[in-house]
Amino acid sequence: MEREALTKGDAVSTPSYDTIKKDPQFQELVTKRARFAWTLTLTMLVIYFGFIFVIAFAPGVLAIKIGTGVTTVGIPIGLGVIVSAFLLTGIYVRRANSEFDDITTNIVGRQK
Amino acid sequence: MRALRTTAATLTAVLALAALGGAALAAGPIEGGGKQALNLPAILMFFAFVAATLGITYWAARRTRSAADFYAAGGGITAGQNGLAIAGDYMSAASFLGISGLVFASGFDGLIYSVGWLVGWPVILFLIAERLRNLGKYTFADVVSFRMEQTQIRSLSAIGTLTVVAFYLIAQMVGAGKLIELLFGLPYLYAVISVGALMIIYVAFGGMVATTWVQIIKACLLLGGATFMALMVLITFGFSPEALFQKAVETHPRGASIMAPGNLVSDPVSALSLGLALMFGTAGLPHILMRFFTVSDAKAARKSVFYATGFIGYFYILTFIIGFGAITFLMNDPSFYKVGADGAYNKVTALLGGTNMAAIHLSNAVGGSLFLGFISAVAFATILAVVAGLTLAGASAVSHDLYASVIAKGRVSEDREVRVSKITAVVIGIVAIVLGYIFENQNVAFMVGLAFAVAASCNFPVLLMSILWGGTTTRGVLFGGLLGLISSVSLVVLSPAVWVKTFGFASAPFPYDNPALFSMTIAFAGIWLFSKLDGSKRGAIDKAGFESQYVRSETGIGATKAVSH
Repeated sequence: MEREALTKGDAVSTPSYDTIKKDPQFQELVTKRARFAWTLTLTMLVIYFGFIFVIAFAPGVLAIKIGTGVTTVGIPIGLGVIVSAFLLTGIYVRRANSEFDDITTNIVGRQK
Repeated sequence: MRALRTTAATLTAVLALAALGGAALAAGPIEGGGKQALNLPAILMFFAFVAATLGITYWAARRTRSAADFYAAGGGITAGQNGLAIAGDYMSAASFLGISGLVFASGFDGLIYSVGWLVGWPVILFLIAERLRNLGKYTFADVVSFRMEQTQIRSLSAIGTLTVVAFYLIAQMVGAGKLIELLFGLPYLYAVISVGALMIIYVAFGGMVATTWVQIIKACLLLGGATFMALMVLITFGFSPEALFQKAVETHPRGASIMAPGNLVSDPVSALSLGLALMFGTAGLPHILMRFFTVSDAKAARKSVFYATGFIGYFYILTFIIGFGAITFLMNDPSFYKVGADGAYNKVTALLGGTNMAAIHLSNAVGGSLFLGFISAVAFATILAVVAGLTLAGASAVSHDLYASVIAKGRVSEDREVRVSKITAVVIGIVAIVLGYIFENQNVAFMVGLAFAVAASCNFPVLLMSILWGGTTTRGVLFGGLLGLISSVSLVVLSPAVWVKTFGFASAPFPYDNPALFSMTIAFAGIWLFSKLDGSKRGAIDKAGFESQYVRSETGIGATKAVSH
């Protein structure tokens, strides 16, 4: 079943796994992608926990009114966090589905 | 008449996400006196939904031939479809009624929850989604056990899955029963039985294909209905948010304070712990993780998270507008309230059925009884779709992980495995009905919080560590995962939400309602420590297996392909 399928798959391609690992392009791919992914992860964590900690420690900041109306800066900031989550996923997918996938296709292509 | 007041207080909690923060109680309960007469348009529209989904289940059942079809829809779901289905799985009645109710009751504070529930998605995308697709086949246990000893790791993952599914399912079943009782005038037990029966049919006959399409239809209905409501609110105020907020501040008894954070989040430890549970709990929900195996490759997996984040974020913005709209439309109209003998009423707590009914009443205010019927039917459909997803995840953990790998040690035919899965779906459905009945009058508020805490403290750490750290061994995952599971469950039990509010003790041994900060630390530290200390032969095999796992997780070479028909 599952286990057999996986083991079989590994056995067939183990030699190529080894060569791929040494492929400089593979090294480039994983280094670039890891740096990119962790930077974006950190950005999201800073934005979100920044928001939460402002609420916990300095809620007054978010109560500041914009202009003469009743709308506070908290509203655009809160909505901004939601939009930032969407934008960050967009930024990642855009680069991963073009640049990173192109490199991956090259690496895989050389194995055939 | 039954004392709906007490029974309905339970629902609240499920809907008000109270368990997650322990502070969301601002949104009051769905209270007595709210039980409606038989709501004909709602029932007709609900039957239309049921008929459509049963038709799809019939069609899906004919297409479901192999195990890959049953568990993963043959990998044939497109990124856009999967994005909608993920959103459908995730946008529960809790987020729709609970968050709009929270905004109705306390304004800005509602936004804190929506934000927390959304920001887990980018992290899932950056760290997990594509690797999950590249390594796994049907369940997240496939990924965790990739290079590990199968029996132990699959047992652990299955326990993690079933724990999350059980708590989530009980909360949903009780919530569904109460909600349907209120909206449709159907007795609680009938409501629970019909939800259970429908989810059994979807999952047992239609597998992942039917479940996916139920999610997609529900997501479209919910997004469509919420968009219409928000539009009607915005049109009234000439598309000026300032005008909407102005009117809300004038109307709401709390005045200008609804435009700023109240006291929902006060001490930093609770804030951080709640934030971690919301963010990483999402990344450990088995029914959500399963969705990544339904698309053809890593590219589609990434895109589906992008779409899902967009849909869910858009939906949360709508619930914010709906909450403020409800303030302006409902608070000056006594017909939505339990009015005292002197004609006075509390503008927040006296809302018929409680503050969680704010969105439902607003639908009546902006669209009349027909639209009220539509939104009621959508709320029912929402619960149905979520429980179907949970049931499939639970059934897969039993058949694919426990039965096929642990009990039969891989010597089992695909047909037999799928049959076990279908039988399990029936069993889970029946158990859910029974538990829903037993817990009718219990406070199940903490259960959603518990599900998220276990997901964040057991499933997520073992998944992340086995994917990212080569030094992880079977022993490390097993001990660390169990420690995370045990600590999260026991800390929730010892917390004020359960120890005081449910068991009735005077004070709680553990001061925080959300244990994630502590139990996640315990899990990660446990995995690291026991892997480091692991000098066993098995540990050496686990570490040696990382190289090929790493290459496959990064490139997708050797990954399961989509099955074409």
